Amino acid sequence: MATLAVSGERKNYLNAEYGIRSWLFTTDHKRIALLYLLSITAFFFIGGFAALLIRLELLTPAGDLLSADAYNKAFTMHGQVMVFFFLIPSIPAVLGNFLIPMMVGAKDLAFPRINLISWYIYIIAGILYIHCLVTGGVDTGWTFYPTFSTEFSNTKVIEAGLAIFVSGFSSILTGLNFVVTVHRMRAPGMTWSRLPLFVWSHYATSIIMLLGTPVIAITLVLVVLERALNLGIFDPTRGGDPVLFQHLFWFYSHPAVYIMILPSMAVISEIVPCFSRKRVFGYNFVAMSSIAIAAIGFLVWAHHMFVAGISLYSAIVFSFLSFLVAVPSAVKVFNWTATLYKGSISFSTPMLYAFGFIGLFTIGGLTGLFLASLGTDVHIHDTYFVIAHFHYVMVGGAVMGYLGGMHFWWPKISGRMYPEGWGRLAALIVFIGFNLTFFPQFILGYLGMPRRYWQYPPEYQVLNVLSTAGATILAVGYLLPMVYLLWSLRYGKPAPDNPWQATGLEWQTSSPPPTFNFDETPIVTQEAYEYENMPLPEEVTLER
Amino acid sequence: MSDSPIVMEHAEHEARPELRHHFADVEQQRNAASLGMWWFLGTEIMFFGGMFCAYLIYRRWYFEEFAAASRSLSLGIGTFNTTVLICSSLTVAMSVRAAQLGNRKLQVKMLLLTLVFGLSFIGIKGIEWHKKYTEHHIPTFDYNVISGEGSLVKGNEHLLGIDKVENDPVKLRERKVEIQQHTKIFYSLYFALTGMHAIHMIVGVGIFICITWMAHKGRFTPEYHTPLEIAGLYWHFVDIVWIYLFPLLYLIDRKPIS
Repeated sequence: MATLAVSGERKNYLNAEYGIRSWLFTTDHKRIALLYLLSITAFFFIGGFAALLIRLELLTPAGDLLSADAYNKAFTMHGQVMVFFFLIPSIPAVLGNFLIPMMVGAKDLAFPRINLISWYIYIIAGILYIHCLVTGGVDTGWTFYPTFSTEFSNTKVIEAGLAIFVSGFSSILTGLNFVVTVHRMRAPGMTWSRLPLFVWSHYATSIIMLLGTPVIAITLVLVVLERALNLGIFDPTRGGDPVLFQHLFWFYSHPAVYIMILPSMAVISEIVPCFSRKRVFGYNFVAMSSIAIAAIGFLVWAHHMFVAGISLYSAIVFSFLSFLVAVPSAVKVFNWTATLYKGSISFSTPMLYAFGFIGLFTIGGLTGLFLASLGTDVHIHDTYFVIAHFHYVMVGGAVMGYLGGMHFWWPKISGRMYPEGWGRLAALIVFIGFNLTFFPQFILGYLGMPRRYWQYPPEYQVLNVLSTAGATILAVGYLLPMVYLLWSLRYGKPAPDNPWQATGLEWQTSSPPPTFNFDETPIVTQEAYEYENMPLPEEVTLER
Repeated sequence: MSDSPIVMEHAEHEARPELRHHFADVEQQRNAASLGMWWFLGTEIMFFGGMFCAYLIYRRWYFEEFAAASRSLSLGIGTFNTTVLICSSLTVAMSVRAAQLGNRKLQVKMLLLTLVFGLSFIGIKGIEWHKKYTEHHIPTFDYNVISGEGSLVKGNEHLLGIDKVENDPVKLRERKVEIQQHTKIFYSLYFALTGMHAIHMIVGVGIFICITWMAHKGRFTPEYHTPLEIAGLYWHFVDIVWIYLFPLLYLIDRKPIS
């Protein structure tokens, strides 16, 4: 202790203990968040590699780089890795894990050991999936539709299904921890209406994780049993019903897109008030819209099945409900925009990502309405229009939010500032690269190019080349933050406790925080986002 | 100074060794654990819910075949097993009560009884499955419900509509293929549902072996017996799943065969 006092080094969660064991057996939510950060980054590269293969194959109309079978495996690998091993754990397991206990003023999540177990389950699932990839991969598409997956595919469907089954438990346990933490671990004075919107959004996400994930788990069990034992429950020639599989699958997998986007909205709801120095507009509406998205999101799944032969009447109902789920999302976009009105806006890196998010998510959301309307969907179903739509939501939305959040909280996580100039440049490159990659796909889809084909007629080539070129730019935009964030760990300026002069309990503790987050349990006396009383951050003051 | 919340928190941590560092008091820890278990049981409902959903759809489509296959399950064994399981829930509840009263001997006795009931249930289920195996009622293992000793047709001719097509050999053969396929869906769901339930039972027995050991070591007091309580919640849940499974699988249409 004496030497510490002399050197002036303050104990924090990073230097509290050293050695590999102190990481692998930690129950500190902040360390577990970093374990997740490393592992999802690895999977992001695996999924990105598959995306690279897809885009290179589509550079030319002929199927020349990959065989048709290899192409099927490439897009399946891209979809499954990105959805189950990157997007679903991304913001919740990294930023949510790191921040939620601090935001509610707790020492840790409610169940720290379960939190660690969830990471181990994720790793076991990841190893199973990688094993499946290296022993031959799987070619069913990420959706596992029978009867192809259960009878005709000659690839490792069972292994992939089991890997994703296992990964589901990791997300259930994370969601369970968040829900209980928000209910039971709030500091004195932290009422529900004082919770940061980040927490509200993650609460909604957790409910979807808890109620949706078990359904995909049992669905995958049935697919595995059907394939292994040749049961016939999904085979129409034997009285089974393949559409039942689609119902069960989308009952989880549509709400799963809200598992991916809600945490990103959580991040944006923190960044926008901070960099416009204003209280968020309509706190209650933003908070409740998260819950509404979670609730209505469970009732729209059959819009994936409009052309699968479901009854017209149920299709009409699902179409209507799909339009309805756009309302709370729009409430959020309007409220963020209204927060900007007459604010003192600064264009720092996190804010650039937030702007990118708002624009791209709006495009992604509105094109979702094209797909939700019955007649239009018949034309553009299973075309590149759908691909472009959900990449605008999941990459333009979810990943933009993830990067914005990583920059916003990087000083808190690492104790170092990232280089602002490089940050802004990377945000710009990501935005340009993203639009160049995916906007042409809207046109391609509208012109009729179907998804999941490795060849296409020559008249589609120009747009495909644009898309591939955009993907290269996007890759640069993703690699840059990797490089300068790692650089900043050693050479970045030491971060002050509250570099953005942001509200929120996580900024009141030191950067990086001590193991138990706060020296004394904080007592909350004001609402979230009291920016009127906060001084401007130093850098902003200097710029003026 | 002595009554500041921080000091009081520190005192409570000193006095209660079971209180983990990140909770302010025992009450908060107990509430968190029980809320966590309730939410987990919510996920379990969704897990079984997927299969119940499949069951209900196919039962509506193929009611006759489901009813005929259901009649092949042993009502006696099923009822007996239901009773065994209900008794095990009673002994769990009584062990919690014994912990509240601080009666360690009764607690351990009740927990041991729970284990006996739980293991009996699994054993009886195993005997039932074996019977299905000998009758060729397990899908893909020489599955045959048309002929042989496991024939579902015999006695169910009217229910299955065999009597209507008896004189037309082509239609009769088609009908028999249908019966073979549709009862296979019933048995697939039967084994998936009871199998998943049995896995939950086995996990439950594992948990209760630990709980019994803890009770034997005197770890539970009237003030602190949260692990016993939440393990009990899980046990009751698995019990309730069976309470639904039993009528859905065994009691589809048990009208006396005329």
